[in-house]
Amino acid sequence: MPPEAAHPGRILRYVDALKEAVIQEMERDPSVFLFGLDVDDPKGIQGSTLGLQQRFGRDRVFNTPLSEDAMSGMAIGAAMAGMRPIHVHIRMDFLMLCMNQLINMAAKAHYMYGGSVKVPMVVRSMIGKSWGQGAQHSQGLHAMFMHVPGLKVVAPSNAHDAKGCLIAAIRDDNPTIFVEHRLLYPTEAYTPEAPFTVPLGKGRVAMKGDDITMVGVSNMVVECLRSAELLAEVGIRAEVIDPISLVPLDVDTIIASARRTKRLLVVDNAWTCGGASAEIVARVFEEVGSEAGIAVKRMGFMPTTCPTTPALEALYYPNPGTIAETAHRMVKPKDKSWRPDPERAKLAYQSQFRGPF
Amino acid sequence: MVAGGRRRGYGVAKPNLSDLSKADLTRIYRSLRLIRRAEEEVARIYPTDKIKSPVHLSIGQESVAVGVCDALRADDAVSGTYRGHATYLAKGGNLKGMFAELYGKATGCARGKGGSMHLVDMAANVLGTSAVVGTTVPIAMGYALAYKRRGKGQVVAAFFGDGATEEGVFYESLNFASLHRLPMLFVCENNFYAIHTPQSKRWATDRLCERVETFGIPAHKIADGDVFAIRSATAEAVAAMRSGASGPVFIEAHVYRWKEHVGPGEDYHIGYRGKDELERWRSTDQVESAGRALDATARAAVDREVETLVAEAIRFAEESPFPEPRELMEQVYAS
Ligand SMILES: Cc1ncc(C[n+]2csc(CCOP(=O)(O)OP(=O)(O)O)c2C)c(N)n1
Repeated sequence: MPPEAAHPGRILRYVDALKEAVIQEMERDPSVFLFGLDVDDPKGIQGSTLGLQQRFGRDRVFNTPLSEDAMSGMAIGAAMAGMRPIHVHIRMDFLMLCMNQLINMAAKAHYMYGGSVKVPMVVRSMIGKSWGQGAQHSQGLHAMFMHVPGLKVVAPSNAHDAKGCLIAAIRDDNPTIFVEHRLLYPTEAYTPEAPFTVPLGKGRVAMKGDDITMVGVSNMVVECLRSAELLAEVGIRAEVIDPISLVPLDVDTIIASARRTKRLLVVDNAWTCGGASAEIVARVFEEVGSEAGIAVKRMGFMPTTCPTTPALEALYYPNPGTIAETAHRMVKPKDKSWRPDPERAKLAYQSQFRGPF
Repeated sequence: MVAGGRRRGYGVAKPNLSDLSKADLTRIYRSLRLIRRAEEEVARIYPTDKIKSPVHLSIGQESVAVGVCDALRADDAVSGTYRGHATYLAKGGNLKGMFAELYGKATGCARGKGGSMHLVDMAANVLGTSAVVGTTVPIAMGYALAYKRRGKGQVVAAFFGDGATEEGVFYESLNFASLHRLPMLFVCENNFYAIHTPQSKRWATDRLCERVETFGIPAHKIADGDVFAIRSATAEAVAAMRSGASGPVFIEAHVYRWKEHVGPGEDYHIGYRGKDELERWRSTDQVESAGRALDATARAAVDREVETLVAEAIRFAEESPFPEPRELMEQVYAS
C-alpha cells in the first residue's frame, strides 16, 4: 500500500498503532487523558490500552462505571475546560447510549456558543463481527454521526492510518468519532515510529486501475483490495480508494477516479439506506452531473438485522466474491456473470480469526 | 418511612428447610441441576467450534434465577441479560430451543438469529434478553405496566447484574416503577465484577439497597446467594404485589461467577481475582446444598432425568438444520 512508500517504518499491528499514538500524544501533551469501560482491564480493549495506566497513572488513564451517557458529558466538559479526552468504547453499539451528549452537546457547543468554546475530544469505538456477535454487537453506525455537522468521523483501515489519524484527531479541536473494526486489529502495515499525522479529510488511492473505481469504508477497503486481485485474474483492473475520513470527505479524489473509469462501486461496512455510500454517490453526482455517464452501485450489509447463525451471517456481509462479481457485472454487463471460487474469496480475516471473545 | 412496609435491615432471614415439602425441594434441586448441567455441557462443547455464539455462563449463580422463578406463576414474566441461560431455564424456557439457538439452528428459540445473548421464549413468558447492559430493565417495566392495567395479579421479575445499576436507565426505572406502583421485582445478581472490573473500582459506596430505598422501594439483601432465602423473599414480595399492597420490590443477591466473563474457561490466571474467592463460594454451592437436602434416591432420580433431558437437547440441536438462506430477510418487519 502507498503508506509504505511514503513513510518507511516498521511493520506494526493496527492494535499496537493505536496504543503507540496514544502514548506519544500523552507524552507530548499533558492535557491528553484516556478513559472508558475496561481500559485498565487485564485484556485492555483487545490490547490497545494495555499498560497505559501503569505508564501514565490513574489520573490520566482510568476505568469508568457502566455510565456511557454521563461519561460522555464528562468528556465534553473536560474538553471545554481545556483537556483532550479520549473516550474508548469496546463496541460501537454502545455509542447509542451517548447519542444525546454527542449530538446535542459535543457537536453543537462551538457553534451555539458563538465559537467561545471548543470540544477537542476523541471517541474511539470498535465495530464487532462474527462468532455470533449478532444484532447488538456488530453495527457500523458511522452514518448516524456523519449526519450531524460539528462532528468529524474517521474510519482508518490500516495500522499506518490508525496511528496517523488518531494523532490528528487528538490534536484536532473538534469532537471526532474514531471508527475501528475488530477484524483490523491484528492486521499489519508499515508505520513510522516517530509521531505523524494523517490529515482528516484526505483520501488515498490504495490501488491503481482504469476499469472501475471501488471505494471501501473501514475494513471493506481490505475486502475491495482482495476482490481487485481476483478481478485482475480475469483482466479487470480496479482502482481502490480508501476515503479514510468520512467527515470531512475527500470527494475530489473519488470524483477524479470515477470520471476516468466511468464506474463507481461503493462498499460500506454498514447498511446502504441513508448511509455513507449514499452520501458518497450523491456527492459525486452533484459534482459531475449525470452527463458524465458514470455507472454506480452500492454494497453494504443486507437490509436486515445481523443474525448470529453462521449460515445466515455469511450472506449478510459483502465479501471479496460478491464484490468482485458486482464489479465484473458493471465492467462487462454483456458477459455472463462471474464469481470467483468461494474458497479463494473468503473474507480477509477468515483464515486467521477464531473465537471466542 | 418507606413505601411497602417495615424496615428489615436489608438482610433476609434464612427460612427453615423443614417448612418445604419434598416436592418443593425436588423441584428446586431439579431446576438448579438442570441449569448447571446444561451449562457444563455448553462449556464442554464450546471448544469444538459447533457453538459459534459468545456464551456468558451462570455457573455458580444459578440460585438467583431458581430462587426467584420458583416463587413465580407461569403467567408471570422474567427479563434477563446476555448471561441469561439460567433465567431462561428457571422460568421454564424450552431446553431444546436453547441448545439449538446456541448451535445457530433453525429450530432455535430465536430461529438461530439471536444466539446465546438473545434467548427468548414467549410461551414461558421469558422476554428476550439483550447484549446491551441495562436495556431490558425499562422493557420489563413496560410489561409490569401492562400487567397492572390488565389486573390479573401478574408480576414481572427483571434480572440484571451489579454493573447495570451504574446505568442511568436503572435509576430512571426505579423512580417510574415506584411512582406508578408497578408489580415489578428488581433482581440484582451482584457477582461483584463487571467483566474484569471489581465493584470497588466502580461504586463510590456499596450501599445499593439504601440507594434503592430512597425511591420508596423496599430492598432486601441476600448476602450468601441462598436459594431458599431468595425464594422466600420473592414469595413474600410477589404476594404483596399481587394483592396490590405493594409496588415494586428490590432484591440484591450476592453470588459468584465461577467461569470467565465470556467463554467456557476459568480466568483466575489473568490476575483480576483470586482463586480463594472461588473456593469460598464453591464451598456454599447451592446446587450441592439443595441436593443434600434430598434423600439419595430422590436425588439420583433427578440427576438421571436431567442427564437424559440435556443429552436429548444436544442431539436435537446437532440434528436440526441451519436456517434457509431466505430466512436472512424474514422477520425484518412484522406483518
Ligand atoms: C451499555 C453497555 N455497556 C458496556 C457493555 C460491555 N459489557 C458487557 S457485559 C459487561 C459487564 C456487566 O456487568 P454486570 O451488569 O455486573 O453483569 P455480569 O456480567 O456480572 O452478569 C459490560 C461492561 C455492554 N454490553 N453494554
